[in-house]
Amino acid sequence: MKGILKIAFKLLVNDKGKFAALLMGITFAVFLMVMMTSIFSGVLRSASSVVINIGSKMWVMDPAVTTVANSIPMPDFVQDEVRSIDGVKFAVPLYSGAATLRLSNGIYQSVSILGLDDTSLLGHPELLEGNIADIFAENGFFAVKDSEINKLNNPHIGATFELNEHRGVIVGIAKVTANGLFGMPTLYTTYNRAIQYIPSARFTTSYVLVEPKSLEAVQHIKDEVKKMGYVAVTNEEFRDNISTYYKFKTGLGTNILIMTLISFIVGLSISGQTFYTFILENLDKFGALKAIGAKSRELVIMIVFQAGFTALTGYGLGVGLCTLMIGLAKIRLPNYASVVTFGNLGIAFIMVLIIAVFSSLIGVRKVLKIEPFDVFRG
Amino acid sequence: MAKTAIRAHQLVKWFGEGDARTNAVKVASFEANFGEIFYLVGPSGSGKTTLLSMISGILKPDSGRVTIDGSDIWALNNDELADFRLNRIGFVFQDYHLFPRLTTLENVAIPLILKKHDWDEAMQEALKYLDIVGLKNRAQLPPFKLSGGEQQRVAIARAIVSQPDILIFDEPTASLDGDTGKKIMSFIKEEILNENRCVLVVTHDSRIFEYADKIMKMEDGAVTEIENNSDIK
Repeated sequence: MKGILKIAFKLLVNDKGKFAALLMGITFAVFLMVMMTSIFSGVLRSASSVVINIGSKMWVMDPAVTTVANSIPMPDFVQDEVRSIDGVKFAVPLYSGAATLRLSNGIYQSVSILGLDDTSLLGHPELLEGNIADIFAENGFFAVKDSEINKLNNPHIGATFELNEHRGVIVGIAKVTANGLFGMPTLYTTYNRAIQYIPSARFTTSYVLVEPKSLEAVQHIKDEVKKMGYVAVTNEEFRDNISTYYKFKTGLGTNILIMTLISFIVGLSISGQTFYTFILENLDKFGALKAIGAKSRELVIMIVFQAGFTALTGYGLGVGLCTLMIGLAKIRLPNYASVVTFGNLGIAFIMVLIIAVFSSLIGVRKVLKIEPFDVFRG
Repeated sequence: MAKTAIRAHQLVKWFGEGDARTNAVKVASFEANFGEIFYLVGPSGSGKTTLLSMISGILKPDSGRVTIDGSDIWALNNDELADFRLNRIGFVFQDYHLFPRLTTLENVAIPLILKKHDWDEAMQEALKYLDIVGLKNRAQLPPFKLSGGEQQRVAIARAIVSQPDILIFDEPTASLDGDTGKKIMSFIKEEILNENRCVLVVTHDSRIFEYADKIMKMEDGAVTEIENNSDIK
C-alpha cells in the first residue's frame, strides 16, 4: 500500500501547476474561514471581557441585560436577599459603567470603570505595579495596562485626573486577561468610590457577584433569584448569553457566517474543479492501471490520498498564514480583536474535510466508471 | 508439441441496445501457443480490439469461454481477475499510457508496486528491465522526453517486468515509422518471446506481418482466416 500511495503522491506533486492551484485554493479558503471566525471569536471574547476578567462564578442581574456593557442597576436589597439564599457562600456588588475623565493635559477621555466590593475586592486584577491595598487610598484607581492605556496620557503611579469634579489618582497598574471591545481604557476602584464619583440613577448595583457553596447549590440559587424577579447565571452562561446576543441579534453572526460560507464555496469550487481536471487528465492512465491489474479500491485509495493530502496541506498552510497575519496585525494594532480558537480550527477542518470528500467523490466516480476496455478503444 | 497458451471458444460480444445493438464479435474461436507470436489483424471496426479485451480479462463476453494456460478466466471474480491480469498478462497499449509525471523507471516499476513489492526493490528490478530494452540511461527522465520508439520500449519493459506469460500488444507500430516498427517487432521476437511466453499482437500494419507465427484475420466481427506465417510467405 505504501508504494501505491507514493505513486499517488508523485502523480500529484509532480504536476506542479495543478498542485499549486489546488493548494492555493484550499489555503485561501482556509485562511478566509479561519480569519472570519477568528475575528468573530475575538469580538465575542472582547464583548465578554468584564465577565472573564472579574471571574465570578455566578452573576445576578436584571433579566433584560443582554451584554455586560448594558447593565441595568438593581436596588441594594437584591444583594441582601441573595446573601440570604441557602447555598450562597458570599455575594458582593459590582459597579460597571462608563465615565469621562479630564486628564492632566486637559484632554477628555471616556473610560470604563469597574467598582469592586470594598470589603472583598472580589474580581480585582493582577497588579503589575503598586499595592492592592492602595485602592483604599484617597481617590485611588488602578489603570489596566492594555492596548488602550496610552489614551490616559501615559499613566503612571501618582498620575492624576479629574472625574466629575473629583480628583482621581492612579495607585496601581494592573493587567487583565481579556481586552475590552469598545476601545476605552479601563479603571478599577472600589464600589463605594465608583458610585460616589459617577453620577447614577437611584439604584447603583450593576451586578451581584455570587460565590456558591457548591456546584449543587447553583440551580437552587438560580431558582431563588428567579423568584425575586432577577436572573442568576454562571460565568459560562453569561458569556454564552453575550455570544448569543452578538451572534443572533446584531447581524454580526449572520454576516460572518455568510462570509465563512462564501470562503468555503470558493475553496470547494477551486479545489473541486482543479482536482476534477487533474483526474480527467489522468483518466486514461487510471484506466491503464486498471487494465494492468490495479483493483478499484486501490485507485480509490490513491485518489482519496491525493485529495486528503492536498486538503490537509492546504489546511496547514491556511492556518499558518492566518496565524501569521493575526500576529502581524497585533503588532501594529494591539487591540486587534481576533482569536484563533480550537473551535475555529475545528470548523475550518470540517469544511476542508468536506472539500476533500467532495473532490475525491467526483474523481472517484470518474475513475470507477472508466473501463480498461475504453483504454484499448482509445 | 507446443503447449496451448490461450484458447478462445465461441466468443460472442454485443454492444448497445435496441436498434443500436451491434454484434462486435460473432462466434470467434482460436488457439495460440506458448512460444509463438499470434497476430489479430483486420480493418478498423472488425472486432479485433473487442476480442483482445475478452481474451485479456478486460471485457466479459456475452457467451463463450477463454482459457489461459487451462484456466477459465471468466470464472474468476473481479479481484481475482485483476490479480490474474497483474500476474499473467502484460499490456502494451497503443498510446503506451505512461504516466508523464513519473520517471521512466517508476513507470516500469508500476506492476511491481501493484504487486506490493518494496519500493526500492521494485526500482532495482525495473532498472534491470530498462536495461533489457536498452534504456537504462534514460531511467530518471520523464517519458515525454523520450522518442516514440523509446516510449514503446518503456511500455514493453513495464509489460514484462512482472514476467507475465501472455503479452498483449495493441497496434504496437501504429505511431512509429516503418524502420522503428520493424526494430521493435524484431526486438520482441528475439528478446521478449520465449518458449514460456505467448505474444498476442493486434495490428493492421502489414509491414510487420513477417514477425508473426500465426495470423488471424477478422472482418465485421467474424474470424475469416487463421494462417501460419509459413503459409503466408
